[in-house]
Amino acid sequence: MQRHLISAADLTRDDAVLILDTAEEMARVADRPIKKLPTLRGRTVVNLFFEDSTRTRISFEAAEKRLSADVINFTAKGSSVSKGESLKDTAQTLEAMGVDAVVIRHGASGAPYTLANSGWIDAAVINAGDGTHQHPTQALLDAFTMRRRLVGRDTGIGQDLSGKRITLVGDVLHSRVARSNVDLLHTLGAEVTLVAPPTLLPVGVGTWPCEVSYDLDSVLPKSDAVMMLRVQRERMNAAFFPTEREYSRRYGLDGDRMARLPEHAIVMHPGPMVRGMEITADVADSDRCTAIEQVANGVSIRMAVLYLLLGGNEPAVTPTRTEEK
Amino acid sequence: MSKILIRGAKVLGGAPQDVLIDGETVEAVGTGLPAEGAEVVEADGKVLLPGLVDLHTHLREPGREDSETVLTGTRAAASGGFTAVFAMANTFPVADTAGVVEQVWRLGREHGYCDVRPIGAVTVGLEGQKLAELGAMHESAAGVTVFSDDGKCVHDAVIMRRALEYVKAFDGVVAQHAQEPRLTEGAQMNEGVVSAELGLGGWPAVAEESIIARDVLLADHVGSRVHICHLSTAGSVEIVRWAKSRGIRVTAEVTPHHLLLTDELVRTYNPVYKVNPPLRTERDVMALREALADGTIDIVATDHAPHPHEDKDCEWAAAAMGMVGLETALSVVQETMVDTGLLDWAGVADRMSARPAQIGQATGHGRPVSAGEPANLILVDTAYRGPVDPAGFASRSRNTPYQGRELPGRVTHTWLRGKATLVDGKLT
Ligand SMILES: [Zn+2]
Repeated sequence: MQRHLISAADLTRDDAVLILDTAEEMARVADRPIKKLPTLRGRTVVNLFFEDSTRTRISFEAAEKRLSADVINFTAKGSSVSKGESLKDTAQTLEAMGVDAVVIRHGASGAPYTLANSGWIDAAVINAGDGTHQHPTQALLDAFTMRRRLVGRDTGIGQDLSGKRITLVGDVLHSRVARSNVDLLHTLGAEVTLVAPPTLLPVGVGTWPCEVSYDLDSVLPKSDAVMMLRVQRERMNAAFFPTEREYSRRYGLDGDRMARLPEHAIVMHPGPMVRGMEITADVADSDRCTAIEQVANGVSIRMAVLYLLLGGNEPAVTPTRTEEK
Repeated sequence: MSKILIRGAKVLGGAPQDVLIDGETVEAVGTGLPAEGAEVVEADGKVLLPGLVDLHTHLREPGREDSETVLTGTRAAASGGFTAVFAMANTFPVADTAGVVEQVWRLGREHGYCDVRPIGAVTVGLEGQKLAELGAMHESAAGVTVFSDDGKCVHDAVIMRRALEYVKAFDGVVAQHAQEPRLTEGAQMNEGVVSAELGLGGWPAVAEESIIARDVLLADHVGSRVHICHLSTAGSVEIVRWAKSRGIRVTAEVTPHHLLLTDELVRTYNPVYKVNPPLRTERDVMALREALADGTIDIVATDHAPHPHEDKDCEWAAAAMGMVGLETALSVVQETMVDTGLLDWAGVADRMSARPAQIGQATGHGRPVSAGEPANLILVDTAYRGPVDPAGFASRSRNTPYQGRELPGRVTHTWLRGKATLVDGKLT
């Protein structure tokens, strides 16, 4: 493992499988009456959020607390941080406080990379989403969810996603989730297909390790999992598509479309969902949709990442440690 | 005034010769020239060129003296071998009146390191809506002949057409920063493979090329000449080549950084590589070098764009665009054009001195090295090779993309009309 987690592309297959396996161990802890591990006792983790995301922050915070870390939440939203200086200032403040890890969410692509490589700070940096670049823990929790559902919770240990056909649908252009997933799923051996109107695919997507299609209906029958990406309504004002109605008719997932999926296939969504846009309510609420499961899995994945980046060589979970409580 | 004998200099890279300066003028060029009464400078096989002329410099004064002033900028120019620079109009206030351009011109004269030729804004406040008083700026003491809204594109086709037409009355030229504004909203880097991966807003080549295509057609239609600033793509080269083949009076410049660096460097998210137009691909770089060699691109211009440290010491999106370039320009041209065999030193003198002086009508600059010509001369130690050290820059700013990079060549002497501004690499 590297010192930081900036991009899903930085993970080797073995790194990724180790994180998924470790997350399974962490998930078992969640099933116990006492969910806390002493692994990061005395270590300080800062959740540095320059962009509002209660969901992601809470997920990291839950993971940090279950590992007994001291948690500091720093939310720096608004005009005071619109100037670049603040990232550096904030980093140096945190450095002076002696923090061990920084979980950073930032609206600017590359901000976590800059934080990790600028020399401003010595702590481990975990990217919790930067601009339209990367969101590696999201990709990991998605892969974790896929492995559990498509390979098996126990049989999946040590396994990757070889041969699984994963379809990502929606606003790829503005999506850090899509970028992270393409990188990680490719590393894990899955076959990825992106489906979007051409306006919502980046120029240069042709070099990505995946297929691209404009036709959702033809791809669905060949999908083991379909992930619906959020599409913001405002995009139509910039002529990315004509109307909400036309978008959902061509690229939205409704009950009829879901029926085209193979029996075992799952429907995923990184949230928050725009019901009626990329997904209809009945699909979102169906038992094939793993959106809620993904949230739960997010905590396990983030525990695993924090443990592997900070926890050293000791095993994360030992029976004696948890039971002596 | 005293005499200076430069002994054993490879004039334009040719066989060693002596050059005798008397006062402000070259008195003789030849071998075995008499040293009596002259201060002797042993050139020791260094290359002698006419003083370089930069058609695209941001001196930042008035308004942003924290990043550069006319004094520090012209010292940087002298240090890099320039004897004339054209100062861009995007200052605060904007150089859109006779008053501002005269102020900049006068500061250059007072400091005496390098001639400063102010560029006038095309439109009031660079707003792209109303023509600035182009005639008044031309008639001012600054004698403005080049007009540009650089930093912004004159994107309105009617305004551009009128500007092209209007300056014909005094043989001015409009220098266009070709950037279609709608296609570059939120643009952070070249749009392509790298931007797709990095999730940074794309600045597509077509945003430059479409404006150049429009402007050469406009220039043709109204019979004007047009100059293209910092041309950066292979497609732009094709358009300019086509326009020239049709006899359209278009000239174009390329920056040193677009001759050397590519968008792959943006993977570091290091804002020293953030510049406008952005660094492009290897294919573009090669096309630009070839075009400069074959004359499709007329000149090298630095787009020297100083920024204070804090504007670059931050995350990519928040960082300012631009790089300093005066003190490394010749080295980069040697690296990319001379040492690759694409251009000889006479060619460098043409692209970095004679042609820019012609385009901008910088009288007395870009002249041949021969008797009777103004003694605007430089000596270049072309055998030198070493790492770039921004700490040694005369510029007030340090935002160079070349820190630590080994580059060839070093300007050791600069004479501005016979007066040394740089001696043994040190400013006078
Ligand atoms: Zn420009």
